[in-house]
Amino acid sequence: MTLVDALPDSSPGSLRRFLQGLPGVDEVGAVGRAAALGTRSIKKDAKAWAIDAAISMVDLTTLEGMDTPGKVRAMCAKALRPDPTDPTTPSVAAVCVYGDLVAVAREAVGDDLHVAAVATAFPSGRASLDVKLMDTREAVAAGADEIDMVIDRGAFLAGEYGMVFDEILAVKDACGPAHLKVILETGELRTLDNVRRASWLAMLGGADFIKTSTGKVSPAATPPVTLVMLEAVRDFHETTGRLIGVKAAGGIRTSKDAIKYLVLVNETVGDSWLTPDLFRFGASTLLNDLLLQRQRLATGHYSGPDYVTID
Amino acid sequence: MSDHSPATPASERLEVRKTYKLFVGGAFPRSESGRTYEVTTAGGVFLANAAMASRKDARDAVLAARKGFGAWSAATAYNRGQVLYRIAEVMEGRRAQFTADVREAEGIDESAAEAQVDAAIDRWVWYAGWADKLAQALGSANPVAGPYFNFSVPEPTGVVAAVAPQDSSLLGLVSVVAPIIVSGNAAIVIASTKRPVPAISLTEVLATSDVPSGVVNVLTGDAAEMMPWLASHGDVNAVDLTGITDPELATSLERDAAGTVKRVLRPTATADWSGDPGLSRLRAFVETKTVWHPMGV
Repeated sequence: MTLVDALPDSSPGSLRRFLQGLPGVDEVGAVGRAAALGTRSIKKDAKAWAIDAAISMVDLTTLEGMDTPGKVRAMCAKALRPDPTDPTTPSVAAVCVYGDLVAVAREAVGDDLHVAAVATAFPSGRASLDVKLMDTREAVAAGADEIDMVIDRGAFLAGEYGMVFDEILAVKDACGPAHLKVILETGELRTLDNVRRASWLAMLGGADFIKTSTGKVSPAATPPVTLVMLEAVRDFHETTGRLIGVKAAGGIRTSKDAIKYLVLVNETVGDSWLTPDLFRFGASTLLNDLLLQRQRLATGHYSGPDYVTID
Repeated sequence: MSDHSPATPASERLEVRKTYKLFVGGAFPRSESGRTYEVTTAGGVFLANAAMASRKDARDAVLAARKGFGAWSAATAYNRGQVLYRIAEVMEGRRAQFTADVREAEGIDESAAEAQVDAAIDRWVWYAGWADKLAQALGSANPVAGPYFNFSVPEPTGVVAAVAPQDSSLLGLVSVVAPIIVSGNAAIVIASTKRPVPAISLTEVLATSDVPSGVVNVLTGDAAEMMPWLASHGDVNAVDLTGITDPELATSLERDAAGTVKRVLRPTATADWSGDPGLSRLRAFVETKTVWHPMGV
């Protein structure tokens, strides 16, 4: 039986049968494959391309209780022109903020960048559906064109797949024209089998992107988890023809790590996914390291933290 | 079972051949490049394999030094003095090992090697004493025409990349490293290429004598390979070219260092390490901060 035949319909229990019928993930194999791809040596021109690609895929993020409008404006300025000393540096893909700061961010970046908002009671996802939907609508109304929602991990782990599914459908509906990124918070899902199930659940629910983590839980994004999500995206595309993006968020701090993820993408879903429309990094400190490496390639000598902004 | 008895007499023990590693960030990593080179005694007898550090090891050392700099420069001068004295204490306990290392490396006799080791230990003690006296010697209270207290204090420059002398394998090394770290700088030092073993033994002392990790990082290998990367590195604040013997290379390193406005110490005369060190090396790696403080409040 192929996945197409197995896709869930509206009959009761069909979603559960489908998710539990997904083939199990070979955890050792996934870890090994991700590690093996991490050893690829990317040099010179390819490295320069990868660094620029990675910069253009960054969702520059600030999700702290101490965020102020001023800090968000400063971050937006950096998102538009990451390295003011070098105008050839690409802009990042989007800025990612809490819902109440969306208006500030939108005003700062205009129509030049996407504004992503975390909604649905980020990061725990513990609120009633009404609150989550209100959270989403407010962010969209304030100008967010991407919504990062968190799934209810408690419900998912309790096996209430239908409830999580309905919630994603409802949030997708509340998003209107905005893109929906569904955060699986893989650090709390415990097994790669669960990651695969949650990925399919989110994609069936209408996600435009599936995202690894909130960044508030450790471990956040890891190569094996991202590999499993990329495979789910690949299989979903083969089954339904729809293209879903992946966002690796949290814990990616160095250019070297970022390039490992790009290799993973290229080798799992192919180079058509190497665009900001289909692959993103959720990060705050990664951008500085990418800029330092970019300066290193441009000037021929190592740069230092004195040559990028302190965030 | 007599067939299986070793051919050599029991008294001849199997030699333990040593392959040394680098000292970066308080740990002993292999060179990222995987390269090693053979170190011999002054007489040409195989001594050990040493790691041949690459530019990436140098870069890692800069990261480690930057990390170590924060806490070390913020430590009280009194505390830094204690740590330097502790190095002398631990070295004193391993005097015999250092004497043997220096004797083999430099091809000198036992008593001359002992004199070198004693002088090196004494040098740590000497610089330890300077830790909390630097501010008095290099700082000042300045008379100004206005209602201000005006004073100048020395502050550490930051991360210093140094090349240890090629000939004086222990005393020269200590004489280069101690004045860098006593004021709160973090050091990356490239040991003598042909005589690195005393420097490697010193790292074993540094690792066990309360020196915070990253404050001293020791690389072994070819200074000519690594120094251009360190001299041009944006996160290195000063370079010490003492062990660079080729004047053309030294000039080119000075030029590299100018690109990021580093301080450069390039000694003109061949140093006599046994003499009075003076304060010039200490002074080379401090910045003077002058404060104007309103009076009478």
